Amino acid sequence: MHIVVCIKQVPDSAQIRVHPVTNTIMRQGVPAIVNPYDLFSLEEALRLKDKFGGKVTMLCMGPPQAEEALRKCISFGADDAVLVTDRAFAGADTLATSYALAAGIRQIASEQAVDIVFTGKQTIDGDTAQVGPGIAKRMGLQLLTYVSRIVETDLEARTITVERRAEGGVQVLKTALPCLITMLENTNEMRFANLPAMIHAAGYPVRKWNKEQAGIEDIGKIGLKGSPTVVSKVFGPTPRSEKADMLDMETTTLRDMSLNLLQKVFTRHPTLESDLLMKELS
Amino acid sequence: MTEPAAPAKRPAGRGRNLELSDELKAYKGVWVFIEHDRGHVHSVSWELLGEARKLADKLGSAVGAVLLGGPDEQLEKFAAESFTFGADTAYIMKDPVLKGYRNEPFTKGLTDLVNKYQPEILLLGATSMGRDLAGSVATTLLTGLTADCTELNIDPATRALAATRPTFGGSLYCTIMTLAYRPQMATVRPRVMLMPKAEPGRGGETVQETLGMVETQIVTKLLDFIADANSHQINLPYADVIVSGGKGMKNPENFKLLFELARVLGGEVGATRPCVQAGWVEAERQVGQTGKTVRPKLYIAAGISGSVQHRVGMDASDVIVAINTDANAPIFEFAHYGIVGNAMQVLPALTQAFSAHLALRSRQVA
Repeated sequence: MHIVVCIKQVPDSAQIRVHPVTNTIMRQGVPAIVNPYDLFSLEEALRLKDKFGGKVTMLCMGPPQAEEALRKCISFGADDAVLVTDRAFAGADTLATSYALAAGIRQIASEQAVDIVFTGKQTIDGDTAQVGPGIAKRMGLQLLTYVSRIVETDLEARTITVERRAEGGVQVLKTALPCLITMLENTNEMRFANLPAMIHAAGYPVRKWNKEQAGIEDIGKIGLKGSPTVVSKVFGPTPRSEKADMLDMETTTLRDMSLNLLQKVFTRHPTLESDLLMKELS
Repeated sequence: MTEPAAPAKRPAGRGRNLELSDELKAYKGVWVFIEHDRGHVHSVSWELLGEARKLADKLGSAVGAVLLGGPDEQLEKFAAESFTFGADTAYIMKDPVLKGYRNEPFTKGLTDLVNKYQPEILLLGATSMGRDLAGSVATTLLTGLTADCTELNIDPATRALAATRPTFGGSLYCTIMTLAYRPQMATVRPRVMLMPKAEPGRGGETVQETLGMVETQIVTKLLDFIADANSHQINLPYADVIVSGGKGMKNPENFKLLFELARVLGGEVGATRPCVQAGWVEAERQVGQTGKTVRPKLYIAAGISGSVQHRVGMDASDVIVAINTDANAPIFEFAHYGIVGNAMQVLPALTQAFSAHLALRSRQVA
């Protein structure tokens, strides 16, 4: 079984700060990590490899330093890694990204046919959840998003059955390979990399492909040129003019403070009290 | 992926096509994909119709509601309902293969309708269905799609859809436009937009279309739908009261204090991403950028510092009460009422106060 897992290197959003004066992102010192959602897909791919044998190939589009993210995945147990990197990819939106990644996957498949492509559910920096569906559409792969469990994989019949999270329940879907899967978060737990694996990863020759090597045929479809969306404005959130009304805790009892808050809340939101009573009575 | 901070400084052009062709200028109207499941329309679709109406009024165009489903589903009833929320025309496509959502037939159905009727804007809910479908349709049509928008407007200069969304985990907002491609697509999460007021008696035109696909053409089969047990249905986005906890709650056992207050208020319990990642509560309870967007009447934040990632998910709550031991926590910058104190002591006191007050008032009412 040959599985391709697409990942993105992202800044750890929990550590991003915005410059208070210029309203620009302060990237200095913000660590770059593998998009956390991608790891649930990688772990699932590694589990399939454990079960059926075969190979897991990592694919990433990004600047040269994204190599580190791919090494991390090698340390977890991926077999091979390709970084598609070229200045021409800069400024890509999701449509241009899915074009470049689909081209990369086709190149990888020309070496060995691919059975399943995994992507993360979404990234933590862009949060769009569009690249996975985009790759599937461009490659004509069956799309299985928000998968909570792989129920059965039949390599003889070349079918896969999964549970997919939907609104209000779970869909059980059966489809044919090859397909593209995005895993739901917290559906598995990423394994640990042991020391020999980390040493192996540190020395692993990550393959770097420029746009020609990645098989890009139309440079009008990648990077800024291939992106239909235009960012017209970037701005910081507007601070609330009103400051919080701080309740005194020092000169009063907890009980009186609670009653004071209750009165303030019900005064500020005149229908809340009756709404709560209606609910209580019904 | 869009790197919003950088392109803003760059000249937007540089070999890019930013002009709308004459052919694409013919695209008119604002469409909403109406999401429904087992007899119910998802509220996000009505919220989007409210926005679509405002956009169409600015453009002087009409609002379309798109309904795809099986022959035995009540699409005409949903269409009539969509008129009361602002739709002028309902495009209905019924086919046995459209019973229960699957990517392939829905993508073909929606793409075919867009190609035939050429709307300039297409809005979908940012749900598991809407996001799955929007990504596939936008790639098929090779057009721009902006996810999880928090504001939709019309740019006065270009008359293009100006879609604003949080970026970098909510630290910044960016406004994105699709200038040279049509339709302009956007998704919006449930509860981000206000529910419009229904106008009973408002009617519209219905257009019936066919899909032209048979089951044997579709590779993916829907074998079963396992509905969530009632106990698992945590409907955070539509809860009236939410009592949320962060890492300041210290341990998962202390979350029972949140559940007790939520029970007294008939509300739900929410949490920050670190608490969900630590496995303290279910992922459905996560409020924020990578969780749910909520707008309850009352939001009580206990032991939550108030990161931007959390803020973007709950900023629109009517009344925000924050309890934190740190008087300098950012949450106090956007809470309406602040209590500097230990949540483990304050929460039981609030539970007691609300419980006694509501019991007294309900006796008075009864």
